[in-house]
Amino acid sequence: MIAPLLAIRNLTVQFRVDSGWVTAVDDVSLDVVAGDCVGIVGESGSGKSVTALSILQLHERATTRMPSGSILYQGQDLLRAPGSTMRRIRGSEIAMIFQDPMSSLNPVLTIADQVSETLRQHQGLTGVAARKRVVELLGLVRIPDAARRADDYPHRLSGGMRQRVMIAMAIACKPRLLIADEPTTALDVTIQAQILELLRDLRKELSMSVMLISHDLGVIAEFAQRVIVMYAGRVVEDAPMAQLFRRPVHPYTMGLIAAVPKLDSDASRLTTIPGRIPAPQEVIPGCRFSPRCALVEDGCLHEQPSMQMVSDHQSARCPPRILALGEHHG
Amino acid sequence: MPDPDGRSEEVALIRIVAVKFLQAVPVILIISILAFLLLSLLPGDPAIIIAGEQASPAAIEQVRKQLGLDRSFFEQLAIWLFNLAQGNFGSSLILNQSVLSAVAERLPVTLSLAALSISFTIPVGVLLGSVAAYFRRSWIDSLVMTVALLGVSIPAFWIAILGVILFSVRLGWVPSSGFAPISQGVGPWFASLALPALILSLFQIGFLARMTRSAMLDVLGQDYVRTARAKGLSEWRTVGKHALRNALILIITATGILLSAAIGGSVIIEQVFALPGIGRMVVQAILARDYPLVQGTMLILGFTFVMINLIVDILYTLADPRVRHD
Amino acid sequence: MTDTGLGSLATAAAIVAPRGHGTWQRLLRHRSFVIGFSVILLLMLAAVLAPLLSPVDPSAMRVRFRFRPPSSTFWFGSDMFGRDVFTRVLYGAQISLFVGFAVCVVSGLCSAIIGVIAAQFRGLDGAIMRLMDALMSFPAILLALGIAAALGPRVSSVIIALTVAYIPAGVRIVRAAALTVREMDFVQAAQVSGASSLRIVMRHILPNCLSPLLVHLTFIFAYAMLAEAALSFLGVGIQPPIASWGNIIAEGRDYATEAWWVMLFPGIAISVAALSLNLLGDALGDMLDPRLKGGD
Repeated sequence: MIAPLLAIRNLTVQFRVDSGWVTAVDDVSLDVVAGDCVGIVGESGSGKSVTALSILQLHERATTRMPSGSILYQGQDLLRAPGSTMRRIRGSEIAMIFQDPMSSLNPVLTIADQVSETLRQHQGLTGVAARKRVVELLGLVRIPDAARRADDYPHRLSGGMRQRVMIAMAIACKPRLLIADEPTTALDVTIQAQILELLRDLRKELSMSVMLISHDLGVIAEFAQRVIVMYAGRVVEDAPMAQLFRRPVHPYTMGLIAAVPKLDSDASRLTTIPGRIPAPQEVIPGCRFSPRCALVEDGCLHEQPSMQMVSDHQSARCPPRILALGEHHG
Repeated sequence: MPDPDGRSEEVALIRIVAVKFLQAVPVILIISILAFLLLSLLPGDPAIIIAGEQASPAAIEQVRKQLGLDRSFFEQLAIWLFNLAQGNFGSSLILNQSVLSAVAERLPVTLSLAALSISFTIPVGVLLGSVAAYFRRSWIDSLVMTVALLGVSIPAFWIAILGVILFSVRLGWVPSSGFAPISQGVGPWFASLALPALILSLFQIGFLARMTRSAMLDVLGQDYVRTARAKGLSEWRTVGKHALRNALILIITATGILLSAAIGGSVIIEQVFALPGIGRMVVQAILARDYPLVQGTMLILGFTFVMINLIVDILYTLADPRVRHD
Repeated sequence: MTDTGLGSLATAAAIVAPRGHGTWQRLLRHRSFVIGFSVILLLMLAAVLAPLLSPVDPSAMRVRFRFRPPSSTFWFGSDMFGRDVFTRVLYGAQISLFVGFAVCVVSGLCSAIIGVIAAQFRGLDGAIMRLMDALMSFPAILLALGIAAALGPRVSSVIIALTVAYIPAGVRIVRAAALTVREMDFVQAAQVSGASSLRIVMRHILPNCLSPLLVHLTFIFAYAMLAEAALSFLGVGIQPPIASWGNIIAEGRDYATEAWWVMLFPGIAISVAALSLNLLGDALGDMLDPRLKGGD
């Protein structure tokens, strides 16, 4: 088996609050194989963004700790890598774009200035060469009138354009992995589609792996080859896209799929999952989804479920369901 | 917002600056009127107060005529404003010269003091505040903030006197009073201003450090700083370029306040160190009941502060590209 | 003159602190608050109980006992006229703290009223803010100096002068807060339900402006106290024989080398009082919007 490009193993991330430490990500493991497109889906508070930020060590050091786990990239554990290594990797080998492009761009610096920073840092490009490359990149992300736009300040661009700029900054050094944290959430639906299409095309052109994070299953479905479902800080299902939709194992996944409104259904009400995601400090004995689960059994309330393989490529954190499915299929 | 030639932004900028200039005009007018009214605050008859209670009725009448106090209120106001428009700020009763020349004579002293103290305050204050913000919640942060707190709590005049006792009387490093103009050499000039400028700085460093810390904390928490880190920029670049550029805006504002405060603080400092500056002149004029001098000087200072605020405001507009589109 | 740094900071702080038991408990957990509050409370108590704490007359001149260093009879020593420095400092606390407090309260009230009016009545807003800008053009000390000079050297002049000097800053804060609150949903909801303007102002807008104003006023107390000391030191404020921390220092200055204790103790008193007030203000500001300070 080929070694994955990025391997997150048993990652736990905790944040400091007034009363102590609270666990936001609990024992999360996932792989990204080179060339893959992985989608991480979950509600807000599921820990998906926290996981993503951990890869590039972008958390606030004073209030965050990662007591266990490792993030392996090219044989190195990023969690224990020295600052200089991380700086080398950030932006040039692993890049990240964020949800809100307005606040993620510095309002007092021009677009050209901000995009060329990456070029200067990792490729040593300055002056005319950098400027040329910047305009090239802006064209690559399909910003019209790129040469002029380069000298604008962020506030003069629309939301969609700013996100394109973010993407341009991210792909400037041809990274091997692009992490996209809710890249379309802050954008209009039509722009969403354009951005996703852009990401798809860039992925092919640059042979890049992408980790797409979203709370919108529809966005993930359009884009990812493999889906990882997270709930309350844990991974609850990990499956190839088609399999996930054809045969979702975890009740939460089933709920998510059912919650997507379908234009061709006759239903008069939208399906929802009752209840709400637990706060990170809440201690729930047993499975963390059990309070909301429609298929809950006695055992679920007492024992913490573990991830189990369902088939070669699919795994889920719901032993009762896996058992039931296994019996069903003989 | 398609903008074919980018010139509209320059036009908008010029328009905003012009508007600010215009907005300053009523403020100057109000200050002029307020300064005029200062004299009317005096309980009792200003002529008697100025002439002195022992003065003869003839002397009092003379003072009254001299100051135009025998005219009606609006006549006085009109004359006052008319004089101002011509650059006549009144004459000192005791110094025997026009207010304007009295101020001009003492300007170098106060200006030197203010400039020296600010050139020390700004780098130290910004540095301390930035360091405190960057290392927030650590011992460095607590230390810096405690020092800043002490700076704004300890009375300047008291620490000044203690400073004089220590550095002038006991150690003899600097003269305890008096001003040496630059014509006598930069060394003596600096020595005569070093301690006063330092004391003046103390309070201001405290204030600036706290403001800078606030501003930097705000900025350091912003998403674009996270983006900068995600691009692999070194901490120096991230903080230095991104964070500071944004905090700069708030710091420019603070500097305006500091400049005004430095001139205000010079009132006390000049008194303690017997420096012949504007501040000391105002205090002595007050004690000697030279009210025209007080009035005129207050007015000149008022105009100065309005100008300072205007310049700061314009710099603010230049520094923050977002403001231009209002 | 547009709202600059101060305005945006005030707007950020215009969040109402949760009322009820929770607030008090949270405050108590805050070290700065506890220290600041208790120290200033102690000082105020000491000032009020001055006659009890020291039965000596602060103005009593006993030339036989001039320049005695601190001892068991003269806790802070005696000054050039044989007066007990400790007693004078104690009575000085009455004046200095009273002035600070009075300025704080009066300027607070005026700021609140003017600020809310400016926010509510756009027509008056322009004129009011021009006037405030004019006043704010001067550093407070100069303004206070001018007014106190005109009115004469007494307690009331100092209070009036400092109040006028500090009103504009308070107005800016209240106005900024009021403008922000006005746009908030619950105010619009109240308007839609037919509440009268006055009711909206009193019940909704004003309470939400109080938090940032309160933090500001705590600092004003400290500044006013320091300013009063400075004015009295210059000879423009409170005159001896009435003791104020400022004029005790002024008197002690000429004898700084022989009787350093005369100057030392009032200075320490001022510093301690200002320090505790600043700590208190920081703690309150932190409570109301941790973002301003960055948390503790």
